[in-house]
Amino acid sequence: MKQKSLIDVLHDTQEEEEKNYLSRNKMIEIAKTTKISETKVYGVSTFYTMFSVYPRGKHIIRVCRNLSCHLSDAEKIAEKLKEILNVDFGETTEDGEFTLEESSCLGMCSVSPAMTIDDEPFGNLVVENISEILLKVKEGSKK
Amino acid sequence: MKIYRIHALICAGAQCIAAGGNGFEEALKNELKKHNIEEEVSVVETGCMGACQLGPLLVVYPEGIMYTNVEAKDAKEIVEEHFLKGRPVKRLMWKKEGEEEFPELKDIPFFAKQTKIVLRNCGLINPEDINEYIARDGYKALAKAVAEMEPKDVIDVVKESGLRGRGGAGFPTGLKWSFAANQDSEEKYIICNADEGDPGAYMDRSILEGDPHSVIEGMMITGYAIGSSVGYIYVRAEYPLAVRRLKMAIKQAKQAGLLGKNIFGTNFSFDMVLMMGAGAFVCGEETALINSIEGKRGEPRKKPPFPAISGLFGKPTIINNVETLANLPVIVDKGAKFFKQFGTEKSPGTKVFALAGNVNISGLVEVPMGTSLRKIVFDIGGGIPEGHTFKGALTGGPSGGVIPMEFIDTPVDYESLPDLGTIMGSGGLIIMDERSCMVDVAKFFLKFTVDESCGKCVPCREGTRQMLKILERITLGRGREEDIDRLEKMGELIKLTALCGLGQTAPNPVLSTLKYFKEEYLAHIIDKKCPAGVCQFSALKEGRKKHEAKIAH
Repeated sequence: MKQKSLIDVLHDTQEEEEKNYLSRNKMIEIAKTTKISETKVYGVSTFYTMFSVYPRGKHIIRVCRNLSCHLSDAEKIAEKLKEILNVDFGETTEDGEFTLEESSCLGMCSVSPAMTIDDEPFGNLVVENISEILLKVKEGSKK
Repeated sequence: MKIYRIHALICAGAQCIAAGGNGFEEALKNELKKHNIEEEVSVVETGCMGACQLGPLLVVYPEGIMYTNVEAKDAKEIVEEHFLKGRPVKRLMWKKEGEEEFPELKDIPFFAKQTKIVLRNCGLINPEDINEYIARDGYKALAKAVAEMEPKDVIDVVKESGLRGRGGAGFPTGLKWSFAANQDSEEKYIICNADEGDPGAYMDRSILEGDPHSVIEGMMITGYAIGSSVGYIYVRAEYPLAVRRLKMAIKQAKQAGLLGKNIFGTNFSFDMVLMMGAGAFVCGEETALINSIEGKRGEPRKKPPFPAISGLFGKPTIINNVETLANLPVIVDKGAKFFKQFGTEKSPGTKVFALAGNVNISGLVEVPMGTSLRKIVFDIGGGIPEGHTFKGALTGGPSGGVIPMEFIDTPVDYESLPDLGTIMGSGGLIIMDERSCMVDVAKFFLKFTVDESCGKCVPCREGTRQMLKILERITLGRGREEDIDRLEKMGELIKLTALCGLGQTAPNPVLSTLKYFKEEYLAHIIDKKCPAGVCQFSALKEGRKKHEAKIAH
């Protein structure tokens, strides 16, 4: 069996980090331990959308932007999220709770529009319920 | 074994959970406790039952009654009326608009008209318990293969069955295996491609969540056939539930002695590694996927050499899709003849489709190959929402095209779809009615490929971007007449020159909508109108105002 893949190492490192990202120092450290060049580690970290080299929020919201969601007005959900959180895609809220991201498809077309917050899926979204969901997630993490 | 009076199967697929399934299960368990019948009713969490749109779903056996859209507040009525008094709750049963409800699962057209081979266990067993898989003949095919058959015999059965890769290209599975089997190499690899990224496709996710052992068994059969002892499963990181269930399944198989050294007391050993992707669509392309497993950027490689000759770590590698692998235990156990009775001569077996979009019942559907689109959309999917008409069905996601109404009776198989300018793809099927604008749809998919292009080759990186610019112009009402010609020329050029499958198929949605809906493009360009009312030309008016203001000065 070969050694652990760099992708796995990056996943693990990012997960341990409170701000959900790969810091410069961590990437240099990974390069040293895996004996892969720093440029290559950076290259891989920036290729995949799930890795970030910038600090992110505690929770990552991924809004599905697939055609089935597009057909069922996912645009309005995205607008509402942007409005409540006061951020654009790729940005983190001031309190450091949420980062808003897009996903090409979450595979939940039958319950579109859909999104995930961290690992939890949310479907059949309506604009009215968005703030309630966000509040629940925020409170849940405080426990 | 404990005997229960009632089995309550709750769908725990991601979509039912997303629709609020968690709350219902808790409420149901509380009600059972309250009435002290916990010992009489077994509550089982199953994988995807298929009718995702009507979820959360509950099926109650022995009657086989399906309840749809159940909410936490319905638990009381179900327990008190049905479980205690034996009076099923009609209010929550599956029904057609204004018609009588369907009492039993087997009478519901959505289920009755399907043929389940791949989804044989999905929605029936608890995917987190290996014993339930074994009870449904699980790992029987593996035992048969390693104990009674030579590797060559296994390849022959798969060749004879005519099974073709379900990832989209439809390459004969047995033939591909024989390439790797003939390679003289100490190390060979099996990869399960579970990087399902096509927008609109969720078949593989549902199989992994609902019946993970069928995929593991399929991989081990492949391993035995080609002489490999290590398998990699590469799953999208967007599917956390599938990852969790796979991890659990691998662990249980190891504990049961079905995975590891000297399986069934033979010389065959097999180990399995689960790897997560990190959000790159192009990694579904086999050579990009190999690079990703090796810890590199997911950029495709040049072919040849094909992976079956030189793949992962430079060794012979067989990459099969989730659905292909899930078919294998059935083929090995029941034989090629059994498998060939389904589907068409050149495309035997069944295909799972993820039905979505403007259709009455969206969800997971398995039908024999060659079934007409009409049957899938109207008989199984219940047709188009009332007051609207079918406009087109999109197969193959961003690599496919649109099938218009005039070809709705075409059999869906690997031969017929390319004739229409689309592809089978992995099984995403998005239905659109007259409210969808075809130019907007083409633009949507092109934007997707522009975002997901890895940037390695110029035709894909730059070509798709230029095509998108033209489409954006058209949807803003600034299109020019020569744009159509230009789109066609560039599309053909990209198809011919791009490095991998992603680029070579990227222009398909544009070319196919141009073929069948040219008048819609012309309406945007010449009349400055969007017949479906989707595209907003207000930006054009603003621009014109500015221009006029400029002239006035």
